Amino acid sequence: MTAGLALHVEAVRHAYADLPVLDGIDLDIRAGEVTVLVGPSGCGKSTLLGILGGLVAPTAGAVRLSGEAGADCLNMLTYVFQDFALLPWRSVAGNVSLVLEDSRLSRAERAARVEEVLALTGLSAFAGAWPKQLSGGMRQRVGIARALAVRPAVLLMDEPLSALDAQTRGLLLDEFASIIARTGATTVYVTHNLAEATRLGQQIVVLGRRPGRIREIIRIDTPLAGRADDDAALRAIERRLWELLRDDAAAADRELANARG
Amino acid sequence: MRAADGPALDRAVPFRAGGYAPQRVAWASAATLIGLLAFWQFCASMGWVSTSFASSPLLIIRALAALISSGELWGHLAASLQRLAIGWVIGTISGLLVGLALGLYTLARSPGMAVVSALFPIPKIALVPLFIIWFGIGEGSKIVTLAFGVFFPTVINTMAGVDGVPRGLIRMAQSFGLRPWSIITKIVLPGAMPAVLSGFRITTSTAIILLVAAEMIGADKGIGAFVLQAGNLYDTDNLLAGIVVLSVIGLCVSWVLGVLERALLRWR
Repeated sequence: MTAGLALHVEAVRHAYADLPVLDGIDLDIRAGEVTVLVGPSGCGKSTLLGILGGLVAPTAGAVRLSGEAGADCLNMLTYVFQDFALLPWRSVAGNVSLVLEDSRLSRAERAARVEEVLALTGLSAFAGAWPKQLSGGMRQRVGIARALAVRPAVLLMDEPLSALDAQTRGLLLDEFASIIARTGATTVYVTHNLAEATRLGQQIVVLGRRPGRIREIIRIDTPLAGRADDDAALRAIERRLWELLRDDAAAADRELANARG
Repeated sequence: MRAADGPALDRAVPFRAGGYAPQRVAWASAATLIGLLAFWQFCASMGWVSTSFASSPLLIIRALAALISSGELWGHLAASLQRLAIGWVIGTISGLLVGLALGLYTLARSPGMAVVSALFPIPKIALVPLFIIWFGIGEGSKIVTLAFGVFFPTVINTMAGVDGVPRGLIRMAQSFGLRPWSIITKIVLPGAMPAVLSGFRITTSTAIILLVAAEMIGADKGIGAFVLQAGNLYDTDNLLAGIVVLSVIGLCVSWVLGVLERALLRWR
C-alpha cells in the first residue's frame, strides 16, 4: 500500500485569457481519502484537477503537498484521463511500461510491475493487444493499470468513466472503489455523475457555475466497501447534490447554447 | 401491409447502399497493362506506328537485354542509385531534424517557417545551374540538388506530423514525468511517423525527377544522362529502355516504402 499525500489548495484563481474559470478556491484534500469534484459544465473542475496535478499553472494561489509518499512511489501526482490517452502504437503492456522506462527500476523489476498491475486490473490476457483492439472499458483499465504501475501517492481522475456505456461504468466503478481502497492513494475524482460521486466520495466538493467557487463540501463517512446502491443516506446526499447543482447546471447549459449561438 | 392512403404493398425492402467503395482487382490491373503493351506492339508490327519515333515493347526489351549483357546498364544504374541514395538520405535527415524543431519549439517555428515558405515554392530544377557554379559539375551539385529538393517536403511533412500528434498524449507523458528525450522518441516521433512516411512517397519521386534533371544537365554516367544521350541520337529503343529502368527504380522504391509502412505502422 502506498502512503497518501495531502493536498492544500490555497486561494487558487484561474482565468483563460479574459475568461475567469476558478475563483477563491481554498480546499484541503486529506491523505488517503477520495475527494470528488462535482459542478455544472464549465465550472472549472478539470482545470482545478489540472492545477492539482501541475498541468495547469494557476493565475493566482498555489497548491501544497504535505505528508510522505511511499518509498516505491515513482510519480506522486498521477492522472487517469477521460480519453484514456493510450499510445496506439504500443501494446497494452507497452503502454503500461512506458511510464516506468525513465525510472530507476531494472528491466526485470519493470516487467514484474507491469505483470502485477495487469493482473490487478484483469488485463493479463491482453498484454500483447493493441489499444484499438480493446473496448472503451478495457482501455480505461489500461489507463488505471498505467497509473497504478507508478505507485502513485495521489490519483487524479478526470471523468474516467464518462466515455463509457452505463453497464461498463457500473462494473468499473466497483473496481475503482476496490482498487482505491487497496492502494490507499489519495484520490481526486472529477465527475458529472452524482451516483459516482456518492459511490466513491468521502469528501464531495460542489463547485458553482463559472467562475467556479466552492458552494458546499459534503462528507460521507460510510466506508467505500460498505456502500450499497440502495443506501438511503447516499441517495439523500445525491438528492442534496442535485438540489445544489440543478439551477447552476441549467444556467450553464443555457450559457453554452448561447455561446454556440 | 398497407401504406397509409397508398396502394397495398407486398415486397422485400430493396438494398440501397451499394457502390462508392471501389475494390482493387489484381487481374484487371495486369490485364490492362498487358493489353496496352500488346496494342502498342500490334500497332508497331502492323506499321501503324513508326518504331523510329515510338519504338515497340519488343525492341525495348531487346535494347534492355543488350544493355544488361554488355554491362552498360550497371554503370549507369550504380551512378544514379548512389546519387539518389546519398541525396535523399542527406535531405531526409536534415529535413526530419528541422521539421522536428519547427514542430516542437516556438523559437524555431517563426524564423524557420519564414525561410521554408520562401524557398519551398522555387522549382529546384531552376537551381541546378547555380549549384553547378557553387559545387562544380561533378557529384556535389547533383547531390545538393537532390538533397535540397527532398529537404523542404520532408520539413513540411514532419512539422505537420508533429503538429498532428495529440497534445493529450504529450501531456500524459509529462504527467508521468517522462524526460523530454523520451517524449520526443516515444511519443512525438512515432506519432508523426504516418505523416513522415507519406512524405517519403513524395520525396522519393521528387528525388527521381531531380536526379534525371541533374544528370541531363551535366553527367556522363547515370540513367538521366543515358536517356538524354539516346534522345540526341534518335535512339528511341534505348531512350525508352532508360525510361523503363527509371520506372522500375520508382516501383522498387515504392515497394520498399510499402514494406517500411507495414512494419512501422502495423498498429493502425
